[in-house]
Amino acid sequence: MTEQLDAGLVAQEIAEHPDALSQPYAGGELGRGRRRKEDAKLVTGQTNWTDNITLPGLLHMAVLRSPMAHATIVSVDVSAALEMPGVIAAYSGADLADVMGASMPCAWPVTPDMVSPVHTPLATDAVRYVGDGVAVVIARDRYAAADALEAIAVEYDQLPAVVDMEVALAEGAPLVHESAGTNKCFVFDFPGAGADYAETVSAAGDDVVVVKRRFIQQRLLPTPMEPRGVVVAPIAAADEFTMYSTTQIPHILRVMLALTTGIPEHKLRVVAPDVGGGFGAKLNVYAEEILALVVARKLGRPIKWTESRSENYQATTHGRDQIQDIEIAASKDGTILGLKVELLADMGAYLQLITPGVPVLGAFMFPAIYKMKAYHFTCTGVFTTKTPTDAYRGAGRPEATFAIERIMDELAAELGRDPMELRKQNWIKHEEFPYDMVAGLTYDSGNYEAATEKAEKMFDMVGLRAEQARRRESKDPVQLGIGISTFTEMCGLAPSRVLGSLSYGAGGWESASIRMLPTGKVEVVSGATPHGQGHHTAWSQIVADSLGVPFEDVELIAGDTQSSPKGMDTYGSRSLVVGGVAIHKATGKVLEKAKRIAAHLLEAAEGDVEFAKGTFTVKGSPEASLTIQQVALATFAAHNLPDGMEPSLDSDYVYDPENFSYPHGTHLCAVEIDTETGFTKIRKYVCVDDIGKIVNPVIVEGQIHGGLAQGIAQALYEEAVYDAEGNLTTGSLVDYHVPAAPDLPHFDTGRTETPATSNPLGVKGVGEAGTIASTPAVVNAVVDALRPFGVNDIRMPATPERVWRALHGDGSPSSDGSDRAAAGTIAYGGTSTGSTAGAAASETIKSSGSAL
Amino acid sequence: MRVRMKVDGVQYEDEVEPRKLLTHHLREGLGRVGTPIGCDTSNCGSCIVLIDGDSVKSCSVLAVQADGADITTIQGLASGTEGSGTEGSGAQWHPVQRAFQEHHGLQCGYCTPGMIMATVDLLKRNPNPTEDEVRHGIEGNLCRCTGYQNIVKAVLSAASELRGDGPIPGSFQDAPVEKQEVPA
Repeated sequence: MTEQLDAGLVAQEIAEHPDALSQPYAGGELGRGRRRKEDAKLVTGQTNWTDNITLPGLLHMAVLRSPMAHATIVSVDVSAALEMPGVIAAYSGADLADVMGASMPCAWPVTPDMVSPVHTPLATDAVRYVGDGVAVVIARDRYAAADALEAIAVEYDQLPAVVDMEVALAEGAPLVHESAGTNKCFVFDFPGAGADYAETVSAAGDDVVVVKRRFIQQRLLPTPMEPRGVVVAPIAAADEFTMYSTTQIPHILRVMLALTTGIPEHKLRVVAPDVGGGFGAKLNVYAEEILALVVARKLGRPIKWTESRSENYQATTHGRDQIQDIEIAASKDGTILGLKVELLADMGAYLQLITPGVPVLGAFMFPAIYKMKAYHFTCTGVFTTKTPTDAYRGAGRPEATFAIERIMDELAAELGRDPMELRKQNWIKHEEFPYDMVAGLTYDSGNYEAATEKAEKMFDMVGLRAEQARRRESKDPVQLGIGISTFTEMCGLAPSRVLGSLSYGAGGWESASIRMLPTGKVEVVSGATPHGQGHHTAWSQIVADSLGVPFEDVELIAGDTQSSPKGMDTYGSRSLVVGGVAIHKATGKVLEKAKRIAAHLLEAAEGDVEFAKGTFTVKGSPEASLTIQQVALATFAAHNLPDGMEPSLDSDYVYDPENFSYPHGTHLCAVEIDTETGFTKIRKYVCVDDIGKIVNPVIVEGQIHGGLAQGIAQALYEEAVYDAEGNLTTGSLVDYHVPAAPDLPHFDTGRTETPATSNPLGVKGVGEAGTIASTPAVVNAVVDALRPFGVNDIRMPATPERVWRALHGDGSPSSDGSDRAAAGTIAYGGTSTGSTAGAAASETIKSSGSAL
Repeated sequence: MRVRMKVDGVQYEDEVEPRKLLTHHLREGLGRVGTPIGCDTSNCGSCIVLIDGDSVKSCSVLAVQADGADITTIQGLASGTEGSGTEGSGAQWHPVQRAFQEHHGLQCGYCTPGMIMATVDLLKRNPNPTEDEVRHGIEGNLCRCTGYQNIVKAVLSAASELRGDGPIPGSFQDAPVEKQEVPA
């Protein structure tokens, strides 16, 4: 039809075929469980993963990685590799020093004096973790490239590994970065927005109970199923480049590549094709992206690099890895007075894009949903000779939520209170919103009572507590534990001014464009980049609802800096809360203009034109109407528009959120622990999440399920283990326990709906909720089952061995023969329960005696 | 070495290095890139194809070992229709493919080809599995997005349909909702 749309035919079209451009909008798109548009290609294999891309003359890059955690590079000789069949080029770090940029970017200097070491894409002076890149080979195919790596001769002068954070901070410790003179990256001190912690505790006199714990957030491997990869297509003669990358952040990547390599931003196009999951691990600027780019520039040939899974485990950022010393003070009646948190956060060997920002994000989440007078947070970032850490699903917030939800249970135990009752006593009541938190945030809305009530009903708390009592009474070898997590999180990253105040290098807005096509179809351009979430579907629903067009008539354009030129991309549960709101606002601008054109065409006053479900009508003249599709066609033809009007309905909107959003929920977990084997089985998992208004309930539930799986995996299964020499001993999927289907339970999910008041859609975000909430729910359940045995903590993951040792053996989880102990550390997991109210302090996790 | 194999209905004959993995031959030699690779230790199952009807991790087989084989990848699973073959827009999805969409058994979709091919084989061996049998039946396939619950539902639904009992209704709403019903 498009080619017929010349002058005259347009008006004729409207007159003769009124129905052709009046696709009815049935309404009710928001909240509807639409089938996902993205599934057709995914279930048929018609996908465009980065590694699927091939180009004429494509060459393959392979990276030689350091087998040592810490060594000076004496020499790198690539000459023998160059003699291998099919090898086009081979470069050491020194060979590329002039072109690969001075340092890869860290965009989050959390303190003015933060140590930000030089981080070149290939090491030039020294290697600082197993997997640090030393040289690259460019060859005709991936087999030839892999063969040639073995011909590269590297002479190393080995230096001591620094695996443990406390060892790294000790006097005389070997330095990861000699020139820095310290392994301390930064100290971030945040006294909160409330009273002084020490003064508050001392002012309480005798009426105070203090509980202290040390929690270990083990290192995790994010493991998106698609490993990373990159393809660079150069037009070298014009110095222009297209990069295809398995990235969550094509827009940020483009800026950073330009800044790092000096290639002008407008000569770079970055495309995120189909991306197979990210979970934060693809929220970065990676060495291989820069190397592929500069080598393609040098050779004038297209370059591909794809990592293996084992390479992914060495060279892609890791998550978590914190030591948390947390202290909570409460009155004897259970009213929380204050919270003090001291963190050690493992940066790994270098700072990646937001490495130091991850624990700092957590600073705002430790007080969670609880009212208190005082809060003090300190975090020390530490360099070790390990793979750099960075964002992993939740990024700072799961760690904080774990610590506060765990210590709430310990405070309840100390006070002899029911853990849920203690929470209820201290959380913000629904009528108290908006509420200014002690950490400085203002929570706009929430209803913890409603979510908890619903969850407890679904869970059968009364019945399970009764069963627990029976099993304890009868000394059943299988004991039942019940764990609670009443979490909140901050989503929708982020108001740009807040990010500025935290020294983050960019804003937190998101961009959207609506393009009305002549035939009434709609293209929505979003700067939020999908990698599995279902953006094509959800954004179509938002546009269909706003413009009153059929869901099927909307198409998403995203993930390509050429066609979606502005964006801040996807992370931090921000897509809907920021990007979705931008889309909603852009549709508003389309409607505003369409209304003026409709009024003109209908010869009515603008004030008399009304819009509903895709149709403009004139008040009092029901026969006078135009659909939005008809207005789009008339605008395209531009034969009869108001004088001086630009002939386009297309609109852009860049939305900068005014506040974060605060999803919350109540997660309840029941575990059965076989006290003879230490095996933990999740018997029941119930969660009721309040994520505000929703767009697609099926996608929401999928996000919750996946989040739960990752949070439960941290509690029970996953741990990246380094030996004392700095080798990652869980370096493949053989050794790193990503849960399979039999490892996970059936999840019972429910929702309550308390809309966010800080955005017009009332949405809050759901991408990370399950991960943030579930880890403490599971560990609280495990500890609850073991508490009668005198156990009051367990290290994650709570493997059968750790549970068994806690029950039968040699005391605390710190003596479980783990990697950390082997690395010669000051004992981890050693906790103390101190009470100024006079209870005897216990310095070990397992107190004497057993209830059974 | 010279290798002959039929892949998704097409006969191929190629010279391959003896060490070449079948998965690399399929993807790079034959351009059948619908089957992705997720690991290097045969743990993840993303690369599963059917070799003579049995599910096999194509990273654990050399191309030369598949000499003479009849291989079906995710790209050849749909039923062909006249004029569009198994991959054209008119192709009819296999019930397992439909079930994965209907039950939202995928998010990023990277594990999906392997999950679907493993399921086809599982249901051939056990047409009426319990939920527990499904979970164990796909334990050689890792998914990082879904938490498996919807995959299990999809497999049970496909089983029901393949047995002739009709699919289990999915979660999707064909009718519009006028109002969200979520009690606070």
